[in-house]
Amino acid sequence: MQIAVLAGFALAILVPLLSRWCGGRTGLILALYPASIAFWLVSLAPEVLQSGGIYFEQAWAPSLGLSLSFWLDGLSLLFGLLISGIGTLIIIYASGYLHGHPQLARFYVLILSFMSSMLGVVMADGLMTLFVFWELTSITSYLLIGFNHEDAAARKSALQGLLVTFTGGLALMSGLILLNVVGGSWSLQTLLNDGETLREHALYLPMLLCLLGGAFTKSAQFPFHFWLPNAMAAPTPVSAYLHSATMVKAGIYLMARLQPGLGGTEAWTTILCVIGAITMVVGAFLAIRFTGIKKVLAYSTVMALGTLTMLLGIGGEAAMIAFVTFLTAHSLYKGALFMVAGALDHETGTKDIDEMGGLCRFMPVTAACAFVAALSLGGVIPLFGFVAKELLFEAVLDAPRFTGFLIGMSLLASVLVVAAAGIVALRPFFGALKETPKTPHEAPPSMLAGPCVLAGLSLVLGFMPWLAGDGLLNAAAGAVMGTEVVTDLYLWHGLNTALMMSMVSLGVGLLVCWRWPGVRGVIHRFSPVLDRGPEAGYWKLMDLLVRVAEWQTRLLQSGYMRNYLILTLLSFTGLTGYTLLVRHGPVFDLALDVRLQEVVVALVIAASAIVACMMRSRLAAVAAAGVMGFGIALIFLLFSAPDLAITQLLIETLTVILLILVLFRMPQFSSLSTPMERVRDMFVAIITGGLMTLLMLTVLGQDLFTSISEYMIDNSVPLGHGHNIVNVILVDFRALDTLGEIFVLSLAAIGVLAMLRLQAKERKTP
Amino acid sequence: MEPIMAVVIGVIYATAIYMMLRRSIVKLVIGLILISNAANLLIFATAGMTRDAPPLIPMNGGPMAEVIADPLPQALVLTAIVIAFGVLSFAVVLIRRAYQIVGVDDMDQMKDTDT
Repeated sequence: MQIAVLAGFALAILVPLLSRWCGGRTGLILALYPASIAFWLVSLAPEVLQSGGIYFEQAWAPSLGLSLSFWLDGLSLLFGLLISGIGTLIIIYASGYLHGHPQLARFYVLILSFMSSMLGVVMADGLMTLFVFWELTSITSYLLIGFNHEDAAARKSALQGLLVTFTGGLALMSGLILLNVVGGSWSLQTLLNDGETLREHALYLPMLLCLLGGAFTKSAQFPFHFWLPNAMAAPTPVSAYLHSATMVKAGIYLMARLQPGLGGTEAWTTILCVIGAITMVVGAFLAIRFTGIKKVLAYSTVMALGTLTMLLGIGGEAAMIAFVTFLTAHSLYKGALFMVAGALDHETGTKDIDEMGGLCRFMPVTAACAFVAALSLGGVIPLFGFVAKELLFEAVLDAPRFTGFLIGMSLLASVLVVAAAGIVALRPFFGALKETPKTPHEAPPSMLAGPCVLAGLSLVLGFMPWLAGDGLLNAAAGAVMGTEVVTDLYLWHGLNTALMMSMVSLGVGLLVCWRWPGVRGVIHRFSPVLDRGPEAGYWKLMDLLVRVAEWQTRLLQSGYMRNYLILTLLSFTGLTGYTLLVRHGPVFDLALDVRLQEVVVALVIAASAIVACMMRSRLAAVAAAGVMGFGIALIFLLFSAPDLAITQLLIETLTVILLILVLFRMPQFSSLSTPMERVRDMFVAIITGGLMTLLMLTVLGQDLFTSISEYMIDNSVPLGHGHNIVNVILVDFRALDTLGEIFVLSLAAIGVLAMLRLQAKERKTP
Repeated sequence: MEPIMAVVIGVIYATAIYMMLRRSIVKLVIGLILISNAANLLIFATAGMTRDAPPLIPMNGGPMAEVIADPLPQALVLTAIVIAFGVLSFAVVLIRRAYQIVGVDDMDQMKDTDT
């Protein structure tokens, strides 16, 4: 299973080579990957349906208890089939749509990586596996939206999508970690089997909000819906695949996946129903506001995502069947419609519906596909979309809570969607022929295959819904429910309330479609209000972010070293001092055992340090520093460290010589700082020094652990054959440290030499 | 002896930081010398100071003193002294070059990468 998921990444790496060898046929070859995944899934289907799921696990980071684990059940199977099936058609379609595009290979790389990530999301069992693949879909989506990266608008939209989904990703991560904390496992299966514990835990609500935050941003739920229509800056195959059929459904998938464990509570039902219903109506309403064909479709996708969320919120068997049916139907018709939109754009050179008309004469096949798919979108008998819509209405009518509100919202949304369907499928193809930037002609076969297959499926499944329903959809709904589901799907449900609602929505919707320009005029009057939507908030936030970043950069990155130093030191003393004094409490061990000569040396050291920083003369300062160094050597000598004393003496002598040689050529000390600055610096210096003293006194009072040098003392002669233990440690026990030290010294020497040589050369040139 | 050393180390740290906060680049170098000495002393003194018992094993195989100074901090400090010298020499030559190019001893005038 992991091979199937990861093969896409491997293939993506090979694409540049492949495209060099195969040229224009690369797309067809690459389409074999999703096609084979689809076949593989179909071959696994009987086993999955019978056993309830296949599990696979591979150790990943065993020390953290993490593993790369996958889980294929009904829900995963349904999503996997949609991803791989539509993916196959999309790659074929893209090979026509982007034919001759210089960056076609890059496109394949990205779309294959995306496909693999998406398969990973829907098959993941480990929470972290899920999260990693989830973020991968965000990244690949970002790259795909910004595919036309020379276009500033595309870049902006891509970044917007990325920021929104990544913010959600962070929430998701917190949610998943909470899930792990509460449920005590990294495996979704284990967690969901024990839903009781999750639902009754005190952390249930925060956890739910975090997880839904991830799902809502990804699935463009209100008020995060604005990134999705902007993502239409991507090439059409990307829009068709990521932003209607697959990626945006990842959030829906997550909610469906969590439903058995977290669903059914009051919070769950309320949030999902209300947000879902609002998203549904907002999406459908905004859809008829725009004339760009992709925008209309994008907003109708938002509507569909809202519907799916709402159905998950309602819960129960009817709603779950409606959920999986609507999901499948939507993927089929929306994929087809997007591909049709791409074909129109490709062949006419415009995306504006107002500029198209009468195209069915030139593009009959495209028109037929669009018509069938739009009928499904509008929910007209006998298409699969009709079955889905009937089930939706039935589920809403049965809703245990908010029934009236949900019925009203659903009816309103479906009226608007029928109008949108009409706008997309009727207006460009019928009516008077309009002048388009390119002379229209039928799209190439590669671009027709996709819409034809998907529209065809919508039609076939409409007549024979049991083909999908009996096995796959029941299994998927069962996975969402957490129990077995057996519901037969029919095209004809008889004359009931749902059918009535369907009819009403159809009639009113067509009316809206007919009167579209007028309706748009009315909506247009409300533009000032609509433009203040969540997107305006997003831009304000971005502006604010930039301004805060500028302000704090100016504040922190002043370019003066002492500012950095002061800030670092004050943070250090503040934090350490707080911990030391408040948390730990000042506990000192002041047992004194001193001899006179030692105290004298210590006084000399301290005094010479003070003198060194008070001297006006460079020579005197260096001399004072030297005195301090020699004093330290004496301390080493007095306290049984002869090697240190020797080294210190040598180095101190060298230092003084070096300083005198070099500083001799530097200017005299001059008084540069004001008295105020001196006082400030003294303050910083004294509190830092004082803290160091306190720290050391505290440490002296503690006996944290015994020294590890026992081993070195014991083995110095037997193993190191040396009687001076310090020397043996340096050249034997810790020889690597010494090697590192030699490296540092050599580097310093090379640096010094380079700087001196550079100087010599410069002198010659002028 | 250690509490006295703690005070001495605090004083050296304070002087070192004061010098490092000065605008004159030469004073910065002196600050560097002071702070590396302070750090060395800190490690040495915190590990415990023992009189008249260097970590040496008698050549003739005679008995060792009951308590000897801990050799490990000494080895660490020895490394540190040498490395501090390496860093110092590099810094000294660097500021000498910087002074030659910029022509001032004032760090406030070395803010830009253009000079």
